[in-house]
Amino acid sequence: MMVDEGLKSELRKQGVYVTTWDQLVNWGRSNSIWPLQFGLACCAIEMIATAASRYDIARFGSEIFRASPRQADLMIVAGTVTKKMAPQVVRLYNQMAEPKYVISMGACATSGGPFHKGYNVLKGIDRYIPVDVYIPGCPPTPEALLDGLMRLQERIKARPFKAAMDEKQGEYAVPAYGDRGLLPRYNPGVWRPPTLPPVVATATPTSSASSSTPPSGPGLGRGPRRLYFSGPVGGMFAPHGASWRGPRACPWGST
Amino acid sequence: MRPALEGLKSAVEGGLPGVTLQLEGSVLMVEAKDVPRVCRFLKDTPAYEMDYLANLTAIDYPPDTLEVVYHLCSMRQKHGPVALRVKLPRANPVIASVTPIWRGAEFQEREVYDLFGVIFEGHPDLRRILMWEGFKGHPMRKDYVPEDQDAPDERA
Amino acid sequence: MTEPLLDTQLLEVNLGPQHPSTHGVFRMQALLDGETIVKLKPVMGYLHRNHEQLGEGMTYIASFPFTDRLDYFCAMTNNLGLALAIEQLAGGIEVPERAQYIRVIMSELTRLVNHTAVIGFLLNDMGAFGTPLLYAFREREKILDLFEMASGSRMMCNYIRPGGVREDVPEGFLERASRIVAEYPRFLDEFEALLTQNEIIRQRAQHVGVLSKELAINASITGPMLRASGVDYDIRKVDGYGIYPRFAFRIPLGTVGDVYDRYYVRILEMRESVAILQQALKEIPPGPSISPKGLQLVKSPRTFRPPKGAEAYGRIESPKGELGFFLASDGSPQPYRYHVRAPSFINLTVLEDLCLGHKVADVIIILGSIDIVMGEVDR
Repeated sequence: MMVDEGLKSELRKQGVYVTTWDQLVNWGRSNSIWPLQFGLACCAIEMIATAASRYDIARFGSEIFRASPRQADLMIVAGTVTKKMAPQVVRLYNQMAEPKYVISMGACATSGGPFHKGYNVLKGIDRYIPVDVYIPGCPPTPEALLDGLMRLQERIKARPFKAAMDEKQGEYAVPAYGDRGLLPRYNPGVWRPPTLPPVVATATPTSSASSSTPPSGPGLGRGPRRLYFSGPVGGMFAPHGASWRGPRACPWGST
Repeated sequence: MRPALEGLKSAVEGGLPGVTLQLEGSVLMVEAKDVPRVCRFLKDTPAYEMDYLANLTAIDYPPDTLEVVYHLCSMRQKHGPVALRVKLPRANPVIASVTPIWRGAEFQEREVYDLFGVIFEGHPDLRRILMWEGFKGHPMRKDYVPEDQDAPDERA
Repeated sequence: MTEPLLDTQLLEVNLGPQHPSTHGVFRMQALLDGETIVKLKPVMGYLHRNHEQLGEGMTYIASFPFTDRLDYFCAMTNNLGLALAIEQLAGGIEVPERAQYIRVIMSELTRLVNHTAVIGFLLNDMGAFGTPLLYAFREREKILDLFEMASGSRMMCNYIRPGGVREDVPEGFLERASRIVAEYPRFLDEFEALLTQNEIIRQRAQHVGVLSKELAINASITGPMLRASGVDYDIRKVDGYGIYPRFAFRIPLGTVGDVYDRYYVRILEMRESVAILQQALKEIPPGPSISPKGLQLVKSPRTFRPPKGAEAYGRIESPKGELGFFLASDGSPQPYRYHVRAPSFINLTVLEDLCLGHKVADVIIILGSIDIVMGEVDR
């Protein structure tokens, strides 16, 4: 039974607190997220700085960095994921306890970042495991990481407790090393290569092609990828369909 | 402070009969077969005492040459670096390892083997160091084609 | 010592790549007899980000932001190394007096940042969980604020350019830097009072992981690790790049070459850095922060085409050791070959020698005392 907000605040003045089971449990869950102590690159240093004296992640209940994935709820993918490291990241994710969450910290973990052209760099960890929060930046400042953490907390609070408990992420296939890259190249349950609209034959472009109309056609395929930083709750979320942790397609920007 | 290269060249050629060096700009070109002798000589001659291998790398010049570059310094006499270069055939780049002379070459030679495919004979443990075992090709060569991670899936 | 009656079996243990104390994604395959290391093979490449390949695909100036990410503790010194190599490749670019001073100030501040953090991590590895690291990061943040003031970024400064620095330091920077530098010795005293004569640290660190002078030279070890083994080799003194010969500072040397010496050499180096900083902050003259030739190179990087066949090897004393940039040109605006001589990569050569015969717990602190950053090891 829902309690009217006005009545609730009226009761609170009298020292009576009314809440729901979901709110109570989610309040506890969202303020005790234990991250996996797992740094990959530069972002890990900012992650340590977030945990250290000045930014003090303990204020948000996440100061307990666990070295074992079995004891962790949250994986902060902090840094460039290389092809050599990606199988280990997926394996760690598989070993984490349910319900589990992933923050992709920084440009590299999100898309390969400045290193995306490299022969050994994975273009985003979301090709293999589902990501809940993307944090932009290279590296994101500790404030940005804290913001990302708070977004995750909002997420957890917005989800009914029972649904969150029933939802199982399960295990994801660990990619194997191939000749030049990983096999398979991505996990189709999480990510698919973008498909392009069919090329429509148009008139030969003239010198006025530099108008404001965005280029279309195959040229778009290698263009800069734009990530969405807004979602139903508002904030730094990847776009998603009906289920917020289901398979999702990577959106393409209009330019 | 860099030692004078002409003096160094004539000292090596005088001390090691049969060895000729080419002076190209600020680089001494050494022939592949002479590398261990020249390195040993530079390390043991009291006048130079090149006891410190600062840097070892390779440059790929397709279609047919690959060069290995050594930068030598002396920690005791505090001079250097002196650059030595060796030309190798790109199809079959084999050269003697300098790890027995300088331990510091161990990982650097493994890296050059991994990324350029130069085979160092006499290296104690020549394996890939940065890429994984089973990786095909040598990615720092100019003609290496990396995989396209965004390619559309043929299964779809 | 193995008990003759105790039947033991060799056990292979994998440390890393995800491990609470390895510094980044570094893996060690150890073969143990009981708890004694019999064999240890480092495995790296988990952060191989193709720095060199990317550097060959862009102009010389465009590589600067990437050098920040090599050794992500020491962005300023990495910038300086590449700037020196480009200046050498261009046949000498004049650097204005003020820029020289700014470079020295930034390099030495970087040294303070790096050494404090490293000692914090080393103590963390020794089991002093948290506290020294928090002290270290508290001081580090103050200097990062300075970097942010000058360059706009805490860690990835991208500040030093061939021919000078990107822009002059803002108003109030020098005063603030002077204040922080003046307070620094007090922090070091506090740090040392807690650590240097600490009985536990002496028991854990002394005569552990001893590196002999001969092996250190032969294995191309550089930086504080080399000096802890008693070899007097510091590129700031040997090459005297920039304006380092103007400053009075000493090079601390170790006597044993163990983990303790590596710790203590870093503490002493920080004290010398403070001395350099105090001189530099006092003497810094007004003037331009970049020379016209450097500015031209920065503004239009595609016009910088070194002659075909030109090559340069610029090296500096980074906080980790000799950081070298090898550039070879083919006459185009992009380097034909761009190679980084990474000190932490080469310093790992002797890891197995240091660890043999020690216990597993010692391996962790030996690795901590080598001071590696995976961004630089794997590049």
